[in-house]
Amino acid sequence: MKYFPLLWATLWRKKTRTWLTLFSLIAAFLLLGLLQAANSVFNGGGVQNLGANLLITQARVSFTSPLPLRLLPQIEAVPGVESVSFSQFFGGVYKDPKNFFPQFAVAPERWLKTFTECTLPAEQAAAWKNSRTAAIAGKQLAERFGWKVGDRIPLVSQIFPLKDGSRAWEFDLVGIFDNTSADSCPRMGNMYIRYDYFDEARLFGQGGAGIYVLRIADPNRAEAIGRQIDQMFENSPDETKTQTEKEFSLNFVRQLGNLSLILNSILGAVFFTILLLTGNTMSQAVRERIPELAVLKTLGFTNGGVLGLVIAESLLLCLLGGLVGMGLANAVMGALAHAPVQMPPLKADAHVWAIALASMFGVGLLVGLPPALKAMRLSIVDGLSGR
Amino acid sequence: MKQILAITWMNLRAIPQRLGSSLVIVIGIAGVVGVLVALLSMSQGFGATLKATGKTDRALFLAGGVTAELSSTLLGDVLPLLRELPGIRRDAEGRPLASAELVVITELRRGEGAQRADVNVSLRGIEPMGLTIRPELKLVEGRWFTPGLREVVVGQGAARQFQGVSVGSVLKFRGSEWTVVGVFASGGDAHESELWTDANTARSAFGRGSSASSLLVQLESPESLEPLKAALKADPRLQVDVGTELAYYSSQSQQFSDQIGVLTGVVATIMAVGALFGALNSMYSAVSTRQVEIATLRALGFSNLPVVLSVLTEAMLLALSGGVLGAAVAYLLFNGMSVSTLGANFTQVAFNFAVTPELVHKGLSWALLIGLIGGLPPAIKAVRMPVVEALRGG
Repeated sequence: MKYFPLLWATLWRKKTRTWLTLFSLIAAFLLLGLLQAANSVFNGGGVQNLGANLLITQARVSFTSPLPLRLLPQIEAVPGVESVSFSQFFGGVYKDPKNFFPQFAVAPERWLKTFTECTLPAEQAAAWKNSRTAAIAGKQLAERFGWKVGDRIPLVSQIFPLKDGSRAWEFDLVGIFDNTSADSCPRMGNMYIRYDYFDEARLFGQGGAGIYVLRIADPNRAEAIGRQIDQMFENSPDETKTQTEKEFSLNFVRQLGNLSLILNSILGAVFFTILLLTGNTMSQAVRERIPELAVLKTLGFTNGGVLGLVIAESLLLCLLGGLVGMGLANAVMGALAHAPVQMPPLKADAHVWAIALASMFGVGLLVGLPPALKAMRLSIVDGLSGR
Repeated sequence: MKQILAITWMNLRAIPQRLGSSLVIVIGIAGVVGVLVALLSMSQGFGATLKATGKTDRALFLAGGVTAELSSTLLGDVLPLLRELPGIRRDAEGRPLASAELVVITELRRGEGAQRADVNVSLRGIEPMGLTIRPELKLVEGRWFTPGLREVVVGQGAARQFQGVSVGSVLKFRGSEWTVVGVFASGGDAHESELWTDANTARSAFGRGSSASSLLVQLESPESLEPLKAALKADPRLQVDVGTELAYYSSQSQQFSDQIGVLTGVVATIMAVGALFGALNSMYSAVSTRQVEIATLRALGFSNLPVVLSVLTEAMLLALSGGVLGAAVAYLLFNGMSVSTLGANFTQVAFNFAVTPELVHKGLSWALLIGLIGGLPPAIKAVRMPVVEALRGG
């Protein structure tokens, strides 16, 4: 630590060069942070907070084909299933298609019993059960459009016309649900309407329940319960596929295609560029300082000490740039989370930070080592004479 | 002019001596251009596939207010009314060239290991007329499906991307077995990512009664669309929209291009900023190592312009070679790569990355711009310094 002032001084020996290198590093780590966070979403990092206690039973042919409501008693009777909710995707557009957010038709009592990671104030829950056109929205969604309890929400369904052929539905917002603990409720961007009203009012599709969401007591039995349900409906027109909510969501993201390949190619290009860039800066910095390093050695610095100083300088440079870059990446992701766009939330979790820190140290060591070795092997006489 | 050439040539010959810092410019810019071209070639390939799907002399009817075939439902009682609208071509026997089609989503498996996913694939039920209306259809392998039997043909894009759809294999949908009897091509369009079967077979298997998702018709000519629209509007029983097939598929590719455009813009801009600082750094050090040399030239009577131009030329030539390198890598790695992603219809669309000359041109323009901006301040610095001071070695 006592050498820090010396390190700091040598780092800023050529101000322009250090600033330019730092800016490059900041840009590189900003990108690395963002892309690694995106990568982590595609590899399942984004679904970590999905409860292991929830199973999703969908039609085997596709989750877009609604399963009939009449399967409900059979699914409910399976031992180990605590509660069952069902949800039909409504496909509504709020004012403009760009405002996309998912809405589902559900049965309120079942929803409240199944999605216990989300909390709805008791009087709002009662209001939801009382009025057929009532709907609830997640806090994040309500904030996005500035909705308050009591607002009337018009939705134009892309899928379901009303009995008269019109697609203009209207719902009364009676409740706004929230997390029970930090980030516990992954449904904060959704809206839920009442299935009984929806099913009666729609022109076609009566009796289609969409997918079933099951809360089970023991997550370790998820696979066994899933198999039991799927066997019940095997070889019927309503064959099912049951999986954990986590697998379901992961599969959903993977549908986008092999984005990891593209993201990793970009990351490779970025990483290679940082290596070259900082490597060049460090070797220049050492080359220019050869007489000074010889003076240090004359003063009694050991060969190892000089080696350490140069490596420390290179590490300091990479850490400075890297940390600022990652800080920026975090700020950008924070801003994106509140931006009115539909995208999976990006977050720099522990995994992303681990990769970023490893890259900072890795680059720092890798580019510091060759000039540091050169500095270590330097003979005082040659150095002082500038040979 | 002679001065410019002389100094520039001298600078360029000295590049090998400054290999490290010159490489910073080349590689930094190669990265930017490579990523830019690769990402744009993805959106280019996707757009080309969707735009190939639509024709201007074919019209597509969808339920009113609906933007995607998947969410559209045309009930059985309106279909006969639509077929009789004016402007629809008829065959020799006077039957309208129209195909009411049902699109449902099925799941097929794609990929291995960590990339394995059950993906949404369209199963399209078409009427026999659907084959007549689309002359671009070609059977590549096997035979067409037989109406009334549970048989499907697969597009060649789907056959490449998804597992278990080779000719002779059996698919299970809703508890019944379907045999794959053929593979078709349709000029590289979006239909090649689909499974096709007979409309009535699909309706009964998926419990859709007599309804359809869309109605595709052959227009008498592209000009017949307006009268057709007017006739449709005049009938209050019909809450149906119509447009050209081309317009429908173009609007679907637009959303994807917009999304990729945003991603590309963000990533390439950040990389460009990083590369710009790298270029500035390299050119500053190039100028400072040649400080005495440049000052000597100026003392000999060389004017400022050749010096500035020589530095700029060096920066831009390095940038250009970086750009060429990046575009070449993007071309080698990605051009023609076949992938599939979710399209606007919520089903997979298989397409090939396409690195076109326009994209390469765009990439090289970025490279030159970064070279120009990265070279200018160091070039100005080189001629700003008083000759005497510079000669002393700073």
